[in-house]
Amino acid sequence: MTPEQILDQCRELVARPLGAVAERWKAAHPGGRAVAAYPVWAPAELIHAAGMLPLSLLGGGTSVELTHADARFQSFVCSIAKSTLELGFQDIVKGIDGFVFSNICDVARNLSSIYHRNFPDVFVEYLHLPQNSTSPGVAGYAASELRRLTQGFEGAFGLKVTEPALAKSIETYNALRARVRALYAFRIAEPQRLSTTDLYVTLRAATLAPPEDAIGWLDDLLAGLRLRDARPRDRLRVVVEGAFCEQPPLGLLEVLEEAGCYVVEDDLMLGWRWFTADVAGDGDPFERLGAAYVNQAVPSSVRHEGREHRSTGLIEKVRRANAQAVVFMPAKFCEPALFDYVLMKQGLERAGIPHMIVEFEEKMWTFERTRNEIETFVESMLFD
Amino acid sequence: MPAQVTERQYQGKVHEDSRRLMSAWMGELGRAEAEGRPTGAIMISGNCVELLRACHILPMFPEVTALQNAIRHKSLPLILKAEQAGYSSDNCAYVKADIGLFLEGGMGPGKPMPFPNLIVCNYVGCNVYVKWFEHLADISGAKLFMLDVPFLRAAEPSPADIQYVVGQLRELIALCEGVTGEKFDIDELREIIGYSIRAEEGYSRCKHLCKHKPAPFDSYFDSINLMGPINVLRGTKEVADFFDVAVAEFEGLVAQGLGPLSEERFRTVVEGPPPYPYYKNFRNLFAKWGAVAVQSTYSTVGGIWEWGFRHDPARPLESIAEQMLRENLTNRSITTRYQQIRRYVEEWDADALVIHSIKSCRLFSAGQGDMRDYFTRELGVSTLLVESDLEDPRYYAEAQLKNRIDAFFEALEHKKVVVRAAGRRGAGAPPAEASR
Repeated sequence: MTPEQILDQCRELVARPLGAVAERWKAAHPGGRAVAAYPVWAPAELIHAAGMLPLSLLGGGTSVELTHADARFQSFVCSIAKSTLELGFQDIVKGIDGFVFSNICDVARNLSSIYHRNFPDVFVEYLHLPQNSTSPGVAGYAASELRRLTQGFEGAFGLKVTEPALAKSIETYNALRARVRALYAFRIAEPQRLSTTDLYVTLRAATLAPPEDAIGWLDDLLAGLRLRDARPRDRLRVVVEGAFCEQPPLGLLEVLEEAGCYVVEDDLMLGWRWFTADVAGDGDPFERLGAAYVNQAVPSSVRHEGREHRSTGLIEKVRRANAQAVVFMPAKFCEPALFDYVLMKQGLERAGIPHMIVEFEEKMWTFERTRNEIETFVESMLFD
Repeated sequence: MPAQVTERQYQGKVHEDSRRLMSAWMGELGRAEAEGRPTGAIMISGNCVELLRACHILPMFPEVTALQNAIRHKSLPLILKAEQAGYSSDNCAYVKADIGLFLEGGMGPGKPMPFPNLIVCNYVGCNVYVKWFEHLADISGAKLFMLDVPFLRAAEPSPADIQYVVGQLRELIALCEGVTGEKFDIDELREIIGYSIRAEEGYSRCKHLCKHKPAPFDSYFDSINLMGPINVLRGTKEVADFFDVAVAEFEGLVAQGLGPLSEERFRTVVEGPPPYPYYKNFRNLFAKWGAVAVQSTYSTVGGIWEWGFRHDPARPLESIAEQMLRENLTNRSITTRYQQIRRYVEEWDADALVIHSIKSCRLFSAGQGDMRDYFTRELGVSTLLVESDLEDPRYYAEAQLKNRIDAFFEALEHKKVVVRAAGRRGAGAPPAEASR
């Protein structure tokens, strides 16, 4: 398939309601189960090792009108929490058997139990992912939490996660993440051949399909992209930071590029490329995955990292991607991103890296003001 | 028209003693730097203050500083200062007021509020705590210890949860020894826990006294006098004695049939923190209706003592871990809180639930619309939901609040009249229409 055909296929998959994605897979896998994971990171490997289909749960985007959830969550709560609950009320996730949430923020915490109360017939689990990154017992504790999740799968669905199955799933997801890293590296090198909207749609589609399938089309895409004809333009190379949970509308990403940016790094869909390298080693796969969460995680606003300053990872990302500036893109009301913005921007200023901030909501549909702001920022940089 | 309800200025010894104890502690903090006394920042929710005390580290609580600035109407300039520095209007205003205090020159070396020597982030449910203390560590340069307390995901914490927390407490002890240069003494911790138990017993007793009619104090607005001592100064003899006095005073009021108002017309349970910048104004909106809070969830942020949990000198670290994991409001899910409130409504015989939803604290407030739905539709409990903030005065709209509160209590009064009338009819009295 050509890159265009692959991208069309990805767009079609991303546009499909989440429940329909699950139902189609289940039709081909009678008796199969599908479990969706709320951002940011969830151990998709465990879902896969239980023989189920792991899916990303990313709210309603631009496609869902709130008719129930805004009576449950107040106006000052982020959109993704409300639209995720709404997916349940409107039966858009019918066909999904379980949901996994974790302690990324206070809203996600409450959403998990409210979801469970309103939809008691589906499996809902809340993971406690360690915020302590340095104590000796942390990796072991993370592993025990992963084992607890598998016990939940067994209790709810009668599906066991064996160590060999988990080891194999880790390998599969290592392979998937390696492809994603390769695509990101390709974009850093040749952003004119791979737009951010294309990369984003591809990555998002990969979280809505069995990883084995996604690996195949990512290989094809990577090979095809190298042959794609595109001329480099005089654009500002930027890192997008802050959109790790609620996802911006595609229109906003398009505007960012149309206004004169090459996005060469970002934290979109961050949880699906969480590890900086393969989850390595032999031995107990639960322990390996737990240790990787603690020691191999990408810098993220939802995980405390005691070994470095908040801005360090971002500055490294800027340097690695040979970027000229950072565009902070936090979702409206996203406390982790908005708090980190302060420490990160101070770090960038110390390092002499320019930045700007653009808040968004998933249902945002008019971008002219944002386009104007970005154009002004880009011009101030390119013609300085 | 019912007679005007007035507030009885009864606060007396409990209020005075609480103020004296808290002022003395603030005085110690103010002198700590000059006296070379190590300080440790810690959060209120499910805290391990006993451990810092046993390590001879004077605890400081940024939340208390923030709320004191709010109640003294000093928070807005601090919040604005933080917003000028890049904090969002959508960030927790407690944090902004604290950072603003530093930016305004009120915190730091030689300032009224010292920088802590050690920052212990007791991550108990609230993710903003993590951010707050990262920022405090950034400005102060103090060592940050992230005490990761797993969220309560079942009725009881697992053995792995307890072991994980105890392991971190041992690490914290070693860290404190490094700060003070003094050896930790487990027997001293046991003695401190002994004082904690007396205070916990007293706090619990005070709250149970509010089952009486009238309740001897308002378990939302007056609880602040008890919350300072139990959350901040727990583990001291002075606070153990304070609760003995508080229990005696409230038992005396119960014996005399006295409550905080001239008449207790409505018994409420209140959910959510109060609007500190307009504490008295907000209280008056309820007092005029004769509404007394007989229980509140905010008073259990630091610990839920009224259901019998006590620290255990025989298992000092394990019981500290259990309190952090299970026996406080913030480390429990919001739907577990529904059951806590339900119990309050039933056992304290409340007429209504009042939800004060605040923008700053999403841990408390995100999803309170669902809570209202549960109490009104599933339990039939009259429920009022109002919004403002605990720190930022810009979110307090008194006219709007008054309209909603007045309308709610008018409706509640009408409901009571109807129920009474139905009761009379049931007892043989003629229907109202027929008796005209």
